[in-house]
Amino acid sequence: MKKYLTFFRIRLLAGLQYRAAALAGLSTQFVWGTMEVLIYRVLWREHPERFPMGPEALAAYIWLQQAFLSLFALWNWEWELIDSVKTGVVAYELTRPADLYGMWLVRTLATRLSRGLLRAAPVMVLGALIPAPWGLRLRVSPADFGLFLVSTCLMLLVVCAYNLLVCALTFHLTDPNGVMVVSVAAADLLGGAIVPLPFLPEGLRKFAELTPFGAMQNVPLRLFGGDLTGAAAYRAMGLQVFWAAVLIAVGYALLRAGLRRVSVAGG
Amino acid sequence: MRLYFKFLAIHLKSAMTYKTSFFLSCLGHLFITGNTFLGVVFLLRRFDTVGGYTLPELALCYATVLAATSLAECFARGFDAFPKILREAQFDRILARPRSLVLQILCQDLRPTMLSRLLQAAAMLIWAVHAGAADWTVGRAAVLALMILCGAAVFFGLFLVYAALCFYTLEGLEVMNIFTDGAREYGKYPFGVYGKGVLWLLTLAVPLALVQYWPLQYILGRGPGWYGLLPLVSLLFLAPCFCLWRHGVRHYRSTGS
Repeated sequence: MKKYLTFFRIRLLAGLQYRAAALAGLSTQFVWGTMEVLIYRVLWREHPERFPMGPEALAAYIWLQQAFLSLFALWNWEWELIDSVKTGVVAYELTRPADLYGMWLVRTLATRLSRGLLRAAPVMVLGALIPAPWGLRLRVSPADFGLFLVSTCLMLLVVCAYNLLVCALTFHLTDPNGVMVVSVAAADLLGGAIVPLPFLPEGLRKFAELTPFGAMQNVPLRLFGGDLTGAAAYRAMGLQVFWAAVLIAVGYALLRAGLRRVSVAGG
Repeated sequence: MRLYFKFLAIHLKSAMTYKTSFFLSCLGHLFITGNTFLGVVFLLRRFDTVGGYTLPELALCYATVLAATSLAECFARGFDAFPKILREAQFDRILARPRSLVLQILCQDLRPTMLSRLLQAAAMLIWAVHAGAADWTVGRAAVLALMILCGAAVFFGLFLVYAALCFYTLEGLEVMNIFTDGAREYGKYPFGVYGKGVLWLLTLAVPLALVQYWPLQYILGRGPGWYGLLPLVSLLFLAPCFCLWRHGVRHYRSTGS
């Protein structure tokens, strides 16, 4: 366990070095959030009765989404891992006295956390400066905030497990690009990146919530705004646990199968 | 010009060598912008109008923006990848050749996969025309073409600014994404929807509204005829872009080899 923790700390510190990039990303994220808010503000003025969630919850969703973008964006693939499989460098990793999947998981978690944390705070501060109802406000009870934190961890696990699934698939396909392209498109639509899931047509929304993509940003972002509460919240979090377990299990199995028949070229 | 076409042919050939990868990238580009439009469709199903615009009108709007950006992103790719050219000191080689710098950088790279988005733009346009977004006249059709061409020119200017700034920073400025990727993403709605502040900023500072919002008003029959000529005014934006580029070139110090 200790070796995983140490490895986690190393990767986290490495990721925290990219402070200038984070600062540069900040303005982009802020403008993006502002544009989103402006659109929904127009819609709210025109047809407030057709909104599936209140403006405060929606604002919380938009600002947190921008703040935590690098935490859950599926398109932040672990290129180094994928390349290591493609080039055969992964063979070095196999010589280490630790389970490969465990190391990979720790590594992706740390990369995402460091990127996410660096960018989150300033965007959240800027979002909080926007006047109500379109600014970021903490409106939920401490208990619900606790649920939000737990759900954020679960989301991180689901996203990382999905990433690793694709890395493990690289052992079996020579080029995982096709899987990636389709995954990103599905995650954008079914995960609530393009439009928050409550705004989708009823049938599509129900389907999306059951998919692994619906177990990603959708859950914590809506918990934070108070849009997801009570039984629905527990159900969504249950699905997060389910998908995290399934994705880890499948990824682990795929990796095992891949390693069994791996033959590394070169000396 | 003949030189440029020769380069185009070479890049196209090299892209087509890896057919699977070519089609996958096409698909990837299409998914992104397709999803963006799906988002508009879903919102419109619920709300019917955004800022007074109906879905066919929005499809028309997004089609022009998409066509303009995909043209610029396909042909001005060399400027998009400029930080790399600078870092690897390839610019020294470019300076040494007796040809125009801009032309050479345009020749450096091409992204034909971006043209897949032209198909999407065409499909949306056909649907919008079919759904009766506007009463078509020769003048309006001409303005539409003008929006696309001048739009591509404005985006080209933005890429030029991006590349020019690289002379000072040596790395790509993510901030520029606000105007390139951001304009494509948020150009799905006429810029007037975002409020007066955004509209005037995009009219006077970075003239994206001149190739989108104002001429669109004319096409949709909501503005006077001279709005249709505003895309031509947007071409003035290229002048400061070129000045900045020239200044950047003079500022250039090689990174060595």
